[in-house]
Amino acid sequence: MNELSTNHLLGIRDLSSADIELIFQTADSFKEVINRPIRKVPSLRDITVANMFFENSTRTKLSFELAEKRLSADVLNFSSSGSSVKKGETLIDTVNNILAMKVEMVVLRHPDPGAAAFLSRNVNAVVINAGDGTHEHPTQALLDAYSIREKRGRVKGLKVAIVGDIRHSRVALSNILCLQKLGAEVMLCGPSTLIPRQFAELGVKLSYDLDETLAWCDVANMLRIQLERQGSPDDVRYFPSIREYTMAYGLTRERLLKQNREILIMHPGPINRGVEITSDVADHKNSIILDQVENGVAIRMAVLFLLASKIRRN
Amino acid sequence: MNPKTLIESRQLELIIERLCFQLAEDHGDFSNTVLIGIQPRGISFAEKLRTKLIQVSGCGNVPFGKLDVTFYRDDFRRRENPLKPGDTDVPFSLEEKRVVLIDDVLYTGRTIRSAMDALLAHGRPSAVQLLVLIDRRFSRQLPIEADYIGMQVDSIASQRVAVEWSAKSASGKVMLFTS
Repeated sequence: MNELSTNHLLGIRDLSSADIELIFQTADSFKEVINRPIRKVPSLRDITVANMFFENSTRTKLSFELAEKRLSADVLNFSSSGSSVKKGETLIDTVNNILAMKVEMVVLRHPDPGAAAFLSRNVNAVVINAGDGTHEHPTQALLDAYSIREKRGRVKGLKVAIVGDIRHSRVALSNILCLQKLGAEVMLCGPSTLIPRQFAELGVKLSYDLDETLAWCDVANMLRIQLERQGSPDDVRYFPSIREYTMAYGLTRERLLKQNREILIMHPGPINRGVEITSDVADHKNSIILDQVENGVAIRMAVLFLLASKIRRN
Repeated sequence: MNPKTLIESRQLELIIERLCFQLAEDHGDFSNTVLIGIQPRGISFAEKLRTKLIQVSGCGNVPFGKLDVTFYRDDFRRRENPLKPGDTDVPFSLEEKRVVLIDDVLYTGRTIRSAMDALLAHGRPSAVQLLVLIDRRFSRQLPIEADYIGMQVDSIASQRVAVEWSAKSASGKVMLFTS
């Protein structure tokens, strides 16, 4: 199979394991491209991509933009701050106004779950979900699984722990679905207030003890504690204090040494150093945090290339 | 209809040998020459040619790279069957080198156009030549011709030319399929 089964990338849920494998193989080729002296290919020179970010993002936006430029696409950047969205324009109107300028693909980051799927049904463009609220973030899950595959040679049969703020994370759901489709086992770990019980229905293990989790896993993906969601807006506190969270769920060198074996350390960024992960662990040789960033560009190039090759020109 | 055999195995060996002598005549000791096979089907041919070339010319080693041109094609969005990219492996700079591009069949010329584009990402060669086993002449869509040709074939668009390599020996055969 040389073609994706979907016309948009809305979530990992819509992808088959063959789709994921195709994206990985294509990313292998792009990884070679981005390590050449001239890191650019002309594949998407007739395509215009709009990056529409209705929520703050640094690395996802930069990574998509770089991927688009490495493929020679024309790039439009839109962010909701300082735009007509503040004047009350609807999502569909905003996007249709941009599409009227002859744009073929939209990369959407939006605070509402389902925004990307909604848009794909209502506008005439290829939609790539770059994070919709706490729902999915498919390219992050793909690059995480790709990074595991690169370091360990496979994903199937590995035990992957996702640790931290599962409740507020869009990375968690996409990662669980992606890893399961590739045949890995997943365990979620964190304070019970941050792991909604519904996750058990996805067939993952739940744990509230980090040491127990580390004893089980081959890979630990440490999620960021979303400090901005602590105590606001409705003054909900999910744990007593940052210090207490760090004592129970922070990944430290001492905790890793106790395991006496190699565990791959991942983090989708941005890191709160000293909260969910200490600096010496983040910079440890088993930490692949910066490899994840590099692979992010290759994965996004692969997704853009494969979806663009379904846009017909005749 | 049954496929017609255009080149038998013994004849193919002779053709490859002749191409090697032609290359040796032009490139001397190959000190500034590199061979680049085009993915996917130019690779087996280029490898067999290179093995023979090292025998014939007596030079110890001729640098060899593999080039995938999928990302440089102008028709990847117009094809019925999408292409799957292959590996690119050019472990040296092409700056000021004499490059011999190698493919099995030259037909419309579009692959070669893409390949010339792809080469430039690896440096600026001093010269680029093209070597093909089969030249389907009179079917070019671009002004591209080969410098070294195994055999010229007259064929029509509905026909297909395929090269089948035997796994063990240095030989194979060339078939013409008419659908």
